[in-house]
Amino acid sequence: MSILLSVQGVTKSFGGLQALSKVTFDLPEGQILGLIGPNGAGKTTLFNVVNGVYPPDEGRVIFRDQDVTDAKTYQHAKMGMARTHQIVQPLNELTVRENVEVGACFGRENQNLRHAAEIAEEVLEFLGLHNRIDQLAGSLNVAQKKRLEMARALAARPYLLLLDEVLAGLNPSEIANMVETVRKICEQGITIIMIEHVMHAVMNVSDRIIVLDYGEQIAEGTPAEIAVNEKVIEAYLGDPKLAQRLMEQDNK
Amino acid sequence: MGILRPAGEYDTSYAADMATIRQPWQWGLLAVFLLALYTLPLYASQSTVSLVNRIGITIIAVQGLNLLTGYTGQISLGQAAFMTTGGYISALLVNNQGWPFLAALPVAALGAGVIGLIFGLPSLRVKGFYLAMATLAAQFIIPWFTRNAFPEVLNGAQGLNVNAPTILGMEFNNPQRYLYLTLSILIITTIVAYNVSRSRLGRAFVAIRDHDLAAELLGVNPFKYKLMAFFLAAVFAGVAGTLSAHNIRHLNSETFNLIDSVMYLGMLVIGGLGSNLGPIFGAVVVEILIELATIFGPFFIELFPSTAAGAVQALRPLFFGTTLMLFLIFEPRGLAHRWQLLKAAWRLRPFSH
Repeated sequence: MSILLSVQGVTKSFGGLQALSKVTFDLPEGQILGLIGPNGAGKTTLFNVVNGVYPPDEGRVIFRDQDVTDAKTYQHAKMGMARTHQIVQPLNELTVRENVEVGACFGRENQNLRHAAEIAEEVLEFLGLHNRIDQLAGSLNVAQKKRLEMARALAARPYLLLLDEVLAGLNPSEIANMVETVRKICEQGITIIMIEHVMHAVMNVSDRIIVLDYGEQIAEGTPAEIAVNEKVIEAYLGDPKLAQRLMEQDNK
Repeated sequence: MGILRPAGEYDTSYAADMATIRQPWQWGLLAVFLLALYTLPLYASQSTVSLVNRIGITIIAVQGLNLLTGYTGQISLGQAAFMTTGGYISALLVNNQGWPFLAALPVAALGAGVIGLIFGLPSLRVKGFYLAMATLAAQFIIPWFTRNAFPEVLNGAQGLNVNAPTILGMEFNNPQRYLYLTLSILIITTIVAYNVSRSRLGRAFVAIRDHDLAAELLGVNPFKYKLMAFFLAAVFAGVAGTLSAHNIRHLNSETFNLIDSVMYLGMLVIGGLGSNLGPIFGAVVVEILIELATIFGPFFIELFPSTAAGAVQALRPLFFGTTLMLFLIFEPRGLAHRWQLLKAAWRLRPFSH
């Protein structure tokens, strides 16, 4: 399996705050990588660096064998990197369909508006937003807005999808639905990195997990390895029995 | 095919619901309206025809500003300066170089566009209030340039006398004739503005307006599209400036000034930002208000003989300012939005729910 994304020694600080220090990992094509850690650990900053929103102070980001460290955000999008936001950012004055069309128009395939409309319908059908297609994006509820963000990202036909807390603020049944959706997206051959706090979900769906704490990469491994890692339990999971329970929950 | 649709007949798609021309009879209505405008010189007074000319030209300038401010969300106080640019380019080409008007017009428009592009560069760095200040620079630099640079060509503060345009041997040297020119070009600019707003380009503009970071993450190059918006706005201003200069046949650094730039923004708010009908509503309403202020002026003096003639001058900004304020409070989405509501209410009449 070839390496889709390679993050090499990425360091980023904001003034005196060390947000990321020497984060390094390779992400093979077709995998789901979970990114966990306490609040303020640097997860979203890592997304922003991978995505070109901030340039890193040190280190490189290699995407599909190209160095994209200094590329602009919109260039990342054109190359096939799509993302959703922790705080949803729909284009409020456009309808759901029009929002998703923007993704298709300006994403990897640079579709024209007519073809983008077809893609939008297809993606919205897939994400179950089809009945809201002509509603203004601003009028959706949070769960729907999260799905809209995913739809917009998927309409770009990305190779890599960055999901920033898509489960936050959802109720249990919505979470179950969303996890299922993430799986299906992965089955379509799209590689995914997801930042998540809902542990049973991330343990369940990820192929590998990276744990960040104060910008340090304290652990990396399969969900089973992470759940018993002492450093992770100390920094994030807390109770060792909790970790055990999480793993058991997965197997149900 | 009546004016009202039978009950139970609904739009089956969003596109049909949003279509501008919903039914065949509306095409007919549009044709009658245009015919009425084109035949205006036959039955209306010269001053009315002049007013319609002025409104038409203003609409073009505001259409450009709408693409920039209404659709792309970039505020600009430089629209009048780009009109000056277009006007001067065309005047020089027609007067000094003997170019035909129809050749000078696109060159003037493009020239204004390029200048607009240059003054749009700060938009890459600054937003909102600060961008307004940056574009304000255009409003000082360009008139200063026309007053002070190349006095032998631009004739300093005196300005230029501009020839009436000649097309195919016909000289458009009075308001009645000029109306045909204004209306024809207005139809073209309306179609262009309409199509820009409904295309991929327009979608990029709106994405930047609604959320520039989200737009960039979706692959919209904000620099490119912001500059395109500035370019297009200035091209429209160039066309408006050219038309205006050849209409009033004189041009100097004060012909299009800061007050005009502010008025255009106000018209856009009154008409409706980010709507294709907005510039038309806004320009018509404000120009007519200003006309009313001129008509009411003499009565005002009779009522209050102690006030000087200066008070009449004050009526215009007073009318404009009050209207703008009322709109900001009661209908910030402008007349275009009201019009939509009115049309919907008419369609659903008499059962409004």
